[in-house]
This record gives sequence, C-alpha cells and structure tokens, in this order.
Amino acid sequence: MESAGEPEAGGLDRRDFLRKSLPVPLTLLALLRAGEPEAEKKAEGDASKPPAYKASEHNYAMGIDTSRCIGCGRCAEACKAENDVPREPFYFRTWIERYVVQTNGETVVSSPNGGIAGFPPVNETGIVRTFFVPKLCNQCANPPCVQVCPVGATFTTQDGVVLVDQEYCIGCRYCIQACPYGARFLHPVTHTAEKCTFCYHRLIKGLVPACVEVCPTQARIFGELKARSSPLTRFMRLHEIQVLKPHLNTEPRVYYANLDGEVR
Amino acid sequence: MDPQLQPLMDVLQQVKGYIYPNEIELQWGLLVVVYPYVTGLVAGAFILASLERVFNVREVQPTYRLSLLTALAFLIVAPLPLLAHLGHPGRAFEIFLTPNLNSAMAMFGFIYAWYLMVVLLLEIWFDYRKDLIQWAAGETGLRRFLHRALTLGATDLSERSLSFDRGAGKLITLIGIPSAFLLHGYVGFIFGSVKANPWWSSVLIPIVFLFSAIVSGIALILLLFLFSSLVRGKDVDMACADKLASFLLYALIVDFSLEMLDFIHRLYEAEESIKILSQMISSRLFLSLVVLQVLVGTVLPMLSLFLVSPAFRSRGLLAAPAELRRLVYFSAAVLIQIGIFSTRWNVVIGGQLFSKSLRGLTVYKMELLGIEGFFMSALLLLLPFLILYLLVVLLPPWPDREARVADG
Repeated sequence: MESAGEPEAGGLDRRDFLRKSLPVPLTLLALLRAGEPEAEKKAEGDASKPPAYKASEHNYAMGIDTSRCIGCGRCAEACKAENDVPREPFYFRTWIERYVVQTNGETVVSSPNGGIAGFPPVNETGIVRTFFVPKLCNQCANPPCVQVCPVGATFTTQDGVVLVDQEYCIGCRYCIQACPYGARFLHPVTHTAEKCTFCYHRLIKGLVPACVEVCPTQARIFGELKARSSPLTRFMRLHEIQVLKPHLNTEPRVYYANLDGEVR
Repeated sequence: MDPQLQPLMDVLQQVKGYIYPNEIELQWGLLVVVYPYVTGLVAGAFILASLERVFNVREVQPTYRLSLLTALAFLIVAPLPLLAHLGHPGRAFEIFLTPNLNSAMAMFGFIYAWYLMVVLLLEIWFDYRKDLIQWAAGETGLRRFLHRALTLGATDLSERSLSFDRGAGKLITLIGIPSAFLLHGYVGFIFGSVKANPWWSSVLIPIVFLFSAIVSGIALILLLFLFSSLVRGKDVDMACADKLASFLLYALIVDFSLEMLDFIHRLYEAEESIKILSQMISSRLFLSLVVLQVLVGTVLPMLSLFLVSPAFRSRGLLAAPAELRRLVYFSAAVLIQIGIFSTRWNVVIGGQLFSKSLRGLTVYKMELLGIEGFFMSALLLLLPFLILYLLVVLLPPWPDREARVADG
C-alpha cells in the first residue's frame, strides 16, 4: 500500500483514490471472516432450527394459587388434547378437585370426570366454604416412583422433570402404587405408565405447559425455580407456600399458595 | 368407548366417598395375590425341610424330600403370575439386564435365581445323587436315561464322595434358611416399603409374611403327606404327622401374635389413615379379613390343633385317637390354606380398596376370563401340583423305597 503513504495527496484523483483504497476494507473483511469460519457455518446451519435446548440450564417447577382457581376445567381439557390422554373418566394427567366444607364438620370432595366439564351447583345452605384445587404430578425432587421402577424406565431429567420412557417401561405398575398423589395411570393402549410431563415437548421449544397456557385466571404459574427473577420466583416470594403430603418427604416441585388443610 | 373399559365404568358407580380419578382402575389384581401366596409356600416348605437337616428333627424326616420337591414345583411357577401381569411381558428380561439398583423389585431376578440355582437345585441334586446312580443301574429306557443324565456324570459312589454329598447338602441348607427368609421377606418388603400406602407401609409386613409363609408351607406339606399316604395305600406315619401338626401350631401362634401386634399397633397409634382403614375392614374386607383370615383361617385351626395335637402335652389335651387326629390335621391344614390365601388377598387387594386421599373406598371387580381372570389364577395354582406330580414320578421322595431302606 505505498500509495496511502504518498506525500502528494493532492495528486491523487478520485478514480485513483477509489481504485487504490477499495481493496483495504475488502481485505479486512476477508481477514475477519476467515478468523471464524466455524461460527459462521453454525450460524448458517441453525437458521432453520430453534436454538439447541440445554436441560442443565433449567430448573422447572409449578406454582398453583388455589384461591384463583374457578374450577372451569380448561386445564384438564387442554391436557387431554395436548397429550393424547384417553378420554375415559379414569385417566388424568391433571384434574381439579372441589372441596365443600360443611357446617356439620364434613368435607365433601368431588372431581366429576376430573372437572373437565366443570362442577354441578352446590346446595348453598350449610356450607362454611368451598374451593377448587388443581392436581397433577408433583414432579418430586425425591420421587418414590423413580426409586421403585425396577428397570429405570422412569427417571428425573436435569431440568427437574420426572419422565417415563415408553419404550422401556415393562408395565409392572409399581410406580403407580408408589405415587402418593394418584398422579399415575397405566395407558390402556400402550400398556406403559403415564403421568404429567409438564408438557416436556413444549418446554424444549420454550413454551409453557398446556394447562398453564389456557388457565383463564392464571391460577397456575410455571417457570424457573432458581432464576433470580421469574414469574414463579415472584409467586413464591409473595405467597406462603405449601406442598402436598410433606410428611412423606417426596419434596414436591408443585407449590401451592392458599392451600387448605383439608387437601390431601 | 373401548368395551374392555366398561368394568371400570361399573366401578365408578360403586365408589364410596372420594377417590383420585386415576385410582378407579385397580392396579394389582388376583395374579399379584397368587404370587406372594406361591412364594410363601416355597419358603415355608423349604424351612420345614431344613428342620430335619439342620435341627435334626428326626420325626419329620419322611417329608424331607417331599418338601424340597414341593418347594421346587412352586418356585418354578412363582414368576409366572408376575410375568402374566406385566403390561409388556416381552421386556421382563430388562429386570435382569438393566436393573435399577435402587428398586426393591429389581432384586427379584437375583433373589429368584440365587434361590433356584444355588439353593434348591443344588440341595436336591446332592441329596438325590446316590439314588440317581443306583436307580439308573437297575432301570432301562427313558427312566434310565433321565436318571443318568441327572447325575451330570458324577457317578462316584465311594464313601468319601457320599460324605461330601452329605456335607454339601448340610451347608446348602444352612445357606438356604436365610435365603428362604430373604425370598419371602423380600416379597413382604415390596409391599412394606411403599410409604404412599398406609395399609402396606409397615416394618412388620415382611416378618408377618415370613411367618405366614412358614405356616402355609407346613400346612401344605402336612396335606400332601396325608394325601400321598392315602393314595399309596400306606399307613400314615403318625409320629411324623403329630410333629408336623405341632410345628404348625407353634408357627400359627407366632404368626397370629405378629398379626395381632400389627393390628393393635395401628389401632393404638390411630394415624390419619385409621378412619378410612376401619371403614374398609368393617365393610369391603369384612368377609375376607375378619371371617376368612382371622376366624376360619386362623382361630379355628389354632384351637383344634391346640386341643388335638401333642404340641404341649405328649398325648394332646383331648387324647384323640389317631384317626380323629388325622381328620383334624387335614381339616385344619385346608382351613389354614384358605386363611393364608385370604391374608395375601387382604394385603394386596385391601391396599388398593381405599383412596390415598383417605376419603373413599373403591371395589375390586374380579374377572372370570382373560389373563387377569379367575381361571388363569386357578390354573397357576394347579400347575405346581402337576409339576410336583412329574417330579415325584421322576424322583420318588418316599422314604420307604427300597433304595432308602438299604441306606439305613
């Protein structure tokens, strides 16, 4: 580039200037691009796919505010549709219970067809209070179902979700017996154990579970448990939290706010 | 709707109180009742056999080989109800290949293989080896071929070799007693370790299982002993029958005490599950628990054995003649089988009749046909007797055979 160092700049006409200076940025650009060929190729390859999902970067849990649940059953319906859960009234990945605490001290609990079509009206006399409680797999951090599975077909993922490998489950049903929450069933067609997966197929695409998506009152809050700020950590900061059957030491990762002592 | 699911719709109508929706389908049915009943008979029969071998109870010697063969026949059948019950029987082998070592159930394969291969088959082989050689020498055709094949080529009849057989047999029995405890204690642990289920979750369950196994095993051998004497037209060896009946009574007393301890303990602690469990006992389980298990299957045979058997006095409290004693022993042993089967039923089915919400009760609809049905289970309970018959034909266990008499 001797011309750039020439003292008589005035002798350089426009055509010369353009001809001589044009290679400089081009060379620079070529040099810069040559320095990162891998990154460039990767960027081009990923353009058609979503960014790779890394389970180790997540830690999922769900919060449920029972005072917000109106028992509409949209969550149970969405779950059945999203996950191809058999429609019969004895297979549920999630369901809603209605509690009616009466003045005579009795508590009447019901969940007709899992609450999918809502609940029949209650007789309004003699009632202390009523409320709804959505139920699902508690995705325990200390899961009895994983412990008892004889072949390891049910397991905990790095992001804290308990899953069942349909290709591996032998259908012995021991996990169903071991679950304290009645969250599992044997699929009548595949003959393998089934339960809520937090809609894992949606999570890896960056979506929330179907039940959370459709809840009209935001009674279900889904998110990262360990993140400094997430809807879930905010929910847990602002509410008093309880879990189901804490005496069994299953360490559930479904956290309830405003949970009544009648709920088991 | 799938017509196969219609029975569940009927169950839905009979639920009392509230149960979780997924609990309408009862997970473990009749086949899983048969499984602990059968393994209990295996363990019980083996422990009886070890009485003669290890503890030198001479009177029960005539039942030694019969007990071993019975244990083997039932052990061969033991995994079948489990296999038939699996959603994917074709994947059952994964329990051996890729066991989850944290799972109690994954230990099944290893305990079963250990018990079958190391304990039962070896003990039977060492005990029969000499007879196999002698039988083969005096036979022709298929029997000769089979007996020779079963010697596995070990045809040395020298005194040194025979005394090795005796020593090995005794050592295996010594290993076998804790193994038999393990086999059935393990089955109890499968249930006793389920903390989600207050009806099962008890440290006493494996021990109760064990003693009820001993009871059922002795009762079965007593039945087979009386029955085989009848069929073979031999006089019943009453010294042996009396001794069996005495041991049966001792085991029954221990078993009943443990069950009562479990019952009183639950009642006294009165945990949150007590209300629903009491409801279950007084309604859904009344016939199978109170009537069949306790009254018919335990108290009645215990009283009759107490009066007739020479367990506490040399001639028994009533000094009954031999013929009456035989009749009482036979009836008591049959009642005990009914009682122990009810015990298994009450544990397995009972543990699923109440909701884990502790708010309701469901029902169990037994099918007649199909893999989970009544006939399948009946078949699986008859199959061991067929296998036992074949074993007895091939390996006569009778002590009065010439071969045995010749031994002294």
